Amino acid sequence: MTTENKRMRTPLKKARYLGSAKEGADHFWKQRVTAVANLVLTGFLVWLVVSLIGADYATVKATIGRPLVALPLILLAVSAAIHMRLGMQVIIEDYVHGEGKKIVYLMLNTFFAILVGASIVFAVLKLSFGA
Amino acid sequence: MAEAKSTRGARIERPLSPHLQIYSPLINMTMSILHRITGAALYFGSLLLAWWLVAAASGPGYFAFVNDIMGSLLGRLVLLGFTWALINHALGGIRHFIWDTGRGFDLKTIDLLSWGTALLGIATTLAIWAFTGQLGILVAKATALFH
Repeated sequence: MTTENKRMRTPLKKARYLGSAKEGADHFWKQRVTAVANLVLTGFLVWLVVSLIGADYATVKATIGRPLVALPLILLAVSAAIHMRLGMQVIIEDYVHGEGKKIVYLMLNTFFAILVGASIVFAVLKLSFGA
Repeated sequence: MAEAKSTRGARIERPLSPHLQIYSPLINMTMSILHRITGAALYFGSLLLAWWLVAAASGPGYFAFVNDIMGSLLGRLVLLGFTWALINHALGGIRHFIWDTGRGFDLKTIDLLSWGTALLGIATTLAIWAFTGQLGILVAKATALFH
């Protein structure tokens, strides 16, 4: 019998690969996946904003309401909200030291990211389906 | 905090690890902190995009109001900064992708990637603003202040 078995430890933690924080490379990986999505989608955003320079209200409304414009905008809102929440989380964890204060800031961070993301999604949907 | 003391009670002089103020700034340090600063700026800058879209969804009156603010000299300066932050952060992200593969960690490549991010970020920002004619409008609005 090996010492490993005497301690009643199984290789389960190695199989799960989650480490002591119980989330493994989850944060890192989501940051990277959304970063790739953002590269493509912000490229689209820059093109969209440039093409709408000087446009009147009716053109802006009609353009953003087009499916092939609205869809990438909604995808960007979701991807960017996740990405910026993860990024700001690291900044807060680095610079805010009080445990209570940190929890409050982390919560506000989540609220802010969802607020921005949901606002963009709602606005785009209203421009697509609204009167 | 416990302090290490010699047997006679005098504090032991220990070598201290040099901190930020000790190092002379290097380009990779600068671009590293700029990546975080531009990220944080974009975090709050995302409100501008949300505001603009919500304004468009609110109707022509409010949209014109927001467009006027964003089209003012101050608004345009903020948007120029927004453009640069976005592109600098995107290029910084690509730099990190290269490093994620385990490549480019020799000093020469680190410097090259860092300078590349810095210069390409500024050049691309100015190119977009010049190409769309917005740089000229911004300069005209700024110089009009002094006439």
